[in-house]
Amino acid sequence: MTALIVDAFSWACLGAGSVLVLIGTVGLIRLPDFYARMHAVGITDTLGADLILLGLMVQAGFSLVTIKLLLIGAFLFFTSPTSTHAIANAAFTSGLRPLVADEETEREPAEEKGDQA
Amino acid sequence: MFTATMAALLVSMVLALARLYMGPTLYDRVLAANAFGTKTVLLIGVVGFLTGRPDFLDISLLYALLNFIGTIAVLKFFRYRTLGDRVETDRERQ
Amino acid sequence: MTMEFVINMSLFVFLGLTAFAILKLRALFAVVMLSSVFSLVSAGLFVLLDAVDVAFTEAAVGAGISTVLLLVTLSLTARREKAPHRAHAIPLAVVFLTGLALVYGTLDMPHFGDPNAPAQTHVAPKYINDTEREVGMPNIVTAVLASYRGFDTLGEVTVIFTAGIAVLLLLGASIREPDGVRIQTMDHHLVLRVVTKVLIGPILLFALYVQFHGDYGPGGGFQAGVIFAAAFIIYALVFGLENARRAVPGQAVRILLACGVLLYGGVGLISFLFGENYLNYSVLGATQVAGQHLGVLLVEFGVGLTVSAVMVSTFYAFAGQNPPISDEDW
Repeated sequence: MTALIVDAFSWACLGAGSVLVLIGTVGLIRLPDFYARMHAVGITDTLGADLILLGLMVQAGFSLVTIKLLLIGAFLFFTSPTSTHAIANAAFTSGLRPLVADEETEREPAEEKGDQA
Repeated sequence: MFTATMAALLVSMVLALARLYMGPTLYDRVLAANAFGTKTVLLIGVVGFLTGRPDFLDISLLYALLNFIGTIAVLKFFRYRTLGDRVETDRERQ
Repeated sequence: MTMEFVINMSLFVFLGLTAFAILKLRALFAVVMLSSVFSLVSAGLFVLLDAVDVAFTEAAVGAGISTVLLLVTLSLTARREKAPHRAHAIPLAVVFLTGLALVYGTLDMPHFGDPNAPAQTHVAPKYINDTEREVGMPNIVTAVLASYRGFDTLGEVTVIFTAGIAVLLLLGASIREPDGVRIQTMDHHLVLRVVTKVLIGPILLFALYVQFHGDYGPGGGFQAGVIFAAAFIIYALVFGLENARRAVPGQAVRILLACGVLLYGGVGLISFLFGENYLNYSVLGATQVAGQHLGVLLVEFGVGLTVSAVMVSTFYAFAGQNPPISDEDW
């Protein structure tokens, strides 16, 4: 019975982690601007990786393998957000600015909606 | 379930590689390389479990560290154009 | 269409695409990052081929340290590759014909993984059968590397030592004090400084673990030396080269460089004193297995010392140079 619960939990973690990783990299391709892509990859990489590692840990049980997976998870937990921060900092201080919408193009659709209401 | 995770990771690696080739700015490329490295760490871990040899986790741990070091080196290089110290000579200060 | 076949094919396709992109791109910076991806995919392929020690070394050296050293070199040269002037037709034809000849030559070789291949029937069974009895360590690769083929490894360590000395001779080992004020470049990156401080201890511990765990799992002197050097390199990157030089002076690194090779050669000489052949570790302990263990431990430690010292001194030598090209030309 407990084996079934353990299996189900690990499958859920692995599934959630893979879905997150996949969504993140699709965002890396599709999103229009560097800062938007950084949001997609930086966040989902850390959480997705840690979920996958959690799923593997539960599969391995109490052994040396679990401790090594825990160490990898801890390293990724520290270094992945730091890398994202460093990349964003470097991009910003070197002059790259995010893509923001123009004010003029935003005003017109709002006026149209006001007419129809 | 391991094979599904492996397939998702392979697809993500392909997409990250695509961004590495396409990326208009340098920072897109650095981001894609960092993501590729993290996916490889996960891939080696899952492959180790699939083949029943968890010795591979040492390699994953190693590459998780080196990925970080490589990203920092690339960023420092591109921001400051040197990996050592910047020396401000008297000429520049005037 | 097994899963393993799919993964193998995907990784080979990645390798081909990356190699093609390295050839076509002219921006050297992107080429450096692509070559680190290339090394990483090669390491993944080695993992799939069950060659774990090789994968470890490839990931450490090719994907990790080489990227940093190539970047350091890139800071001293131009940023884009010059376009080639000559025509490509004749060299392309020569390369193509040579490739065809090589492929034709492989048709005679035994199949991949064939248990009746000559390489598998003469030497490999002896190593696999006798390692437990003669050397007594579970990792056959380390036993072959350090004990059965100890002379080869001595040659490798000497080659690394020579390469390190050559780099130091070319770039100048003396520390030239620059005529200006040093600015620490990463003063205000608080997050990076804190995280690096937290991580350097575990990285050094991991290096020691890999060094001494080489008998039982993937690891050994080469990989451990690289990880050891990586810790000092990241300290130098984030906290400044001058602080790193204060922590590990250049003179100390050069002494360690020589000590590694001396340790390896010295172990062989001690075997002489006991009346045995050079690098015969069996006499170093009470029993043969104990002697082999001690011998392998000492020589792997020597290898680790030399490799880490070479990496650190090369980084110091490159990073201490002032770029000869001004910022506008770059």
